[in-house]
Amino acid sequence: MPVITLTIDEELVSARAGQSILEACRDHEIKIPTLCHLDGLSARGGCRLCLVAVAGSPRLLPACTTAVQENMVVTTSNEKIERYRRMILELTFAERNHTCAVCVSNENCELQTLAAELGMDHVRYDYLNPDLPLDTSHERYGVDHNRCLLCLRCVRVCDEVEGAHTWDVKGRGIKSQVITDLNRPWGASESCTECGKCVEVCPTGALFTKGSAVAEMKKEASFLRRILDGREKRQWRR
Amino acid sequence: MNLTALTELAEQELQRQQDLKLRLFLCYSTPCISAGAEAVKVALEELIKEQDLAAQLEVVATGCMGPCSRGPLLRIVVAGEERTYEKVTPEQACEILLHGLAGNPIETGALPADIPFFARQTKIVLGNNGWIDPGKIEHSIARDGYAALAYVLHEMSPEEVCNEIKKSGLRGRGGGGYPAGVKWNLVRKSPAERKYVVANGDEGDPGAYMDRTIMESDPHRVLEGMAIAGYAVGAEQGYIYVRGEYPLAAARLTKAIRDAERCGLLGSRVLDSSFNFRIDLRVGAGAFVCGEETALMTSIMGRRGQPVPRPPYPAQSGLWGYPTLINNVESFANVAPILHRGADWFAGFGTEKSKGTKVFALCGEVVNSGLIEVPMGISLRDIVFEIGGGLPDGGQFKAAQTGGPSGGCIPAEYLDTPVDYESLKELGSIMGSGGLIVMNETSCMPDVAKFFMEFCMDESCGKCVPCRVGTVEMYELLKRITDGSAMLGDLETLEELCGLVQETSLCGLGMTAPNPVLNTLKYYRAEYLAHIEENCCPAGVCQLDQVPLLKLPEHAAELAIFKEEN
Amino acid sequence: MTVPMASSVKEGENGHELKFQLVDKSLKKCQFQQDALIEVLHSAQEAFGHLDEEILDYVSLQLKLPPSWVYGVATFYNFFTLDPQGEHVCVVCLGTACYVKGAGEIIARLEEALEVEAGSTTADGSLTLMTARCLGNCSLAPMLTLDAEVLGKQTLESTIAAIEAKRALVAAAAEEEL
Repeated sequence: MPVITLTIDEELVSARAGQSILEACRDHEIKIPTLCHLDGLSARGGCRLCLVAVAGSPRLLPACTTAVQENMVVTTSNEKIERYRRMILELTFAERNHTCAVCVSNENCELQTLAAELGMDHVRYDYLNPDLPLDTSHERYGVDHNRCLLCLRCVRVCDEVEGAHTWDVKGRGIKSQVITDLNRPWGASESCTECGKCVEVCPTGALFTKGSAVAEMKKEASFLRRILDGREKRQWRR
Repeated sequence: MNLTALTELAEQELQRQQDLKLRLFLCYSTPCISAGAEAVKVALEELIKEQDLAAQLEVVATGCMGPCSRGPLLRIVVAGEERTYEKVTPEQACEILLHGLAGNPIETGALPADIPFFARQTKIVLGNNGWIDPGKIEHSIARDGYAALAYVLHEMSPEEVCNEIKKSGLRGRGGGGYPAGVKWNLVRKSPAERKYVVANGDEGDPGAYMDRTIMESDPHRVLEGMAIAGYAVGAEQGYIYVRGEYPLAAARLTKAIRDAERCGLLGSRVLDSSFNFRIDLRVGAGAFVCGEETALMTSIMGRRGQPVPRPPYPAQSGLWGYPTLINNVESFANVAPILHRGADWFAGFGTEKSKGTKVFALCGEVVNSGLIEVPMGISLRDIVFEIGGGLPDGGQFKAAQTGGPSGGCIPAEYLDTPVDYESLKELGSIMGSGGLIVMNETSCMPDVAKFFMEFCMDESCGKCVPCRVGTVEMYELLKRITDGSAMLGDLETLEELCGLVQETSLCGLGMTAPNPVLNTLKYYRAEYLAHIEENCCPAGVCQLDQVPLLKLPEHAAELAIFKEEN
Repeated sequence: MTVPMASSVKEGENGHELKFQLVDKSLKKCQFQQDALIEVLHSAQEAFGHLDEEILDYVSLQLKLPPSWVYGVATFYNFFTLDPQGEHVCVVCLGTACYVKGAGEIIARLEEALEVEAGSTTADGSLTLMTARCLGNCSLAPMLTLDAEVLGKQTLESTIAAIEAKRALVAAAAEEEL
């Protein structure tokens, strides 16, 4: 595979053609915050946390969907990018009801961790406090829309890895919400295989295993890599 | 059909028209129908039947003539002199017919031939509007319809066509202003077994109806432009995406496609050449974001109309992953005239960087509202005060809004700015698709900004966080400003949010959503401050009946009443 | 496995089957291509007036698409409605030109006068009040459509009069039938 060279944060690095900026950065242990991205799933470019500056582009570009190019000059962090990332997190917190203290994923939550890492310690915008339901109709799992970030990892893993496409999104804009089948209770879904992948990939406490008390719900997103390696490379690691 | 047959058909139709003693052109577009054109048509037809005049004259139900606020409009040509009558009643129409037939047309109700509304316009795109029945392909052919396509197929190489478009300086009429020829060349050069041409007729900007009128009044012009584009880029399939709110446009295009196919002007072996081109219609289902090209394409593929990040651009990977040329309907309507009369002729109109003409929907607080086509570079003052005839009832000009929810308001001090892509951008607005709404002193700018933000909030697809949540938060802040509960700090928060949404949103909808706010803050900041600091709406629109949260203690007395009542 | 089409399995004389036949016609016309989902939903809504679970389920079966996918598309677009519509539909345009000319007030006072919120149907099912983001008839501002008719340069009074006339027409027709 052709190798190309580019500059990331003033350092000359090599990458494989066709890689995204994000992949190239991860190969060189340059950290870029992400929320909707998950290795093994298609790139989405929706959370906008991985925005980076690329010389010659008038706009910031999402590292997850932008392919590397020969001689590209990428800046992954500067004062403005950091400020925008914090603001985007503020908006994310303001959108739904993220009450960490009573959340099953408290201290095991990607959103919470990111806020701490990026130094987002308060929200300056109006909390929208939407009135959202909690669906515990499924025998083993539950979905709490109050914690959902609409990263759509569940939708993508269900479609791309499990192949069931039980999840999708209804409505649009601020009224978007993840749904199962024809917006029926999860427990009544005919297409759900109960594989639990959606629960594992969910970055917050929106999807959880029933019976988890506050702070007990630990996710293991890396299992997806295991399944994909098994399928594609015929290697089963543990 | 081949070239000879096409020419013959055109000549036959012209002869038929010349043999008639009188042709009455009745504007049969939605505004005129709503004003009573249907009754006029019935009355004329009855009279013709009664007096057995069918052999001597015909009534042509045409597309939009322009001065929509003066409908129903009826036009006749007697001895080479053209007369357009306004606000025609069925009785008047019969009078006009009888006198016209006798060769001494009446003058009452006729618009003066030299009124600026007509005199200041240059019609390229709308050249056939008001002169043809959009449902009759022979009318179109008699006015050189498909002649450019015939010429191109037999005399020019695809490369030459692209270069001709490039040379003409035509820029995308959907708002962005990207050079059309450059885009065509990109698609032509993209190697692929299949390519597509898409006409964007999802005109979603509130206050804009140019594309609707073009599609309803002269559908063949759009189809011809698409076919030429198909030949130029190497595509055999085209899609025309029409907004769901425009059922009449969809019906007329459907008929036009069928008629053109029947005549061999679309389909396989177009005009006896080896070129095949099919056009299918796609009807939108009500989502503004589908005007964004990548979202439009996902919608054509039957999915949720959400945009995808660019690059890759549609020219590289569009519909089903194949190179796709996507242009606005108005851009395609410019193509046939350019190839028919030459790039140099076209480049003779407009300014150095913006060539040709632009169609505007002039409405709001203006005497002559309607559809106009003007050369690029004309001043706003000429549009509003000459063509538009100024504001009614002695109203004071406050602002001209262009570009819809992606644009901004242009204040009176910039009335002499030439209307072209760059100048409008400099003012913080955009050309947009061509809506131009005149506002008088009763329009409140923070309220207008709130109106557009509400629009963007409702129309956000929800894919990216800045647009999905940012528009709601900006709307909340604007609501606070207009209800009296805002503090000065809110203005700062608002401006900062505008910057974020502008710079980090995924697609054009989010990127441009803050424009109306930023632009009105730039020119009408005093109005915002009056709302916040003086609790006063200078235009008298806002209620301002709320109190800032931090000032609640000062209003303790009112609060006490509030408690008692509850 | 091929899924039997509703029109062939449900033999009946009432309108329901006939409506499904219209959907089937559209499905056949687009050769059951998944990309044609929006066209099929358009014709389904034209036939039924709205898209309920049964219809969405049917479309998803016929196009071999996941139900959630079909539901997602149906709820993304403004045009599709999952609730039955009133006998008459009044759409008030809230485009810029109409807004500048006072459409905002018309809709607010219509809501009050008809005791119905924009986007919903009156209790007696006689009228659905909707708003649109621009119907492209800006020179007629403020304008609205009542069923398929375009009414330009409206005031609150003229709108209510038009709606009442429509309702009266239906009432008269109903009486005649009795």
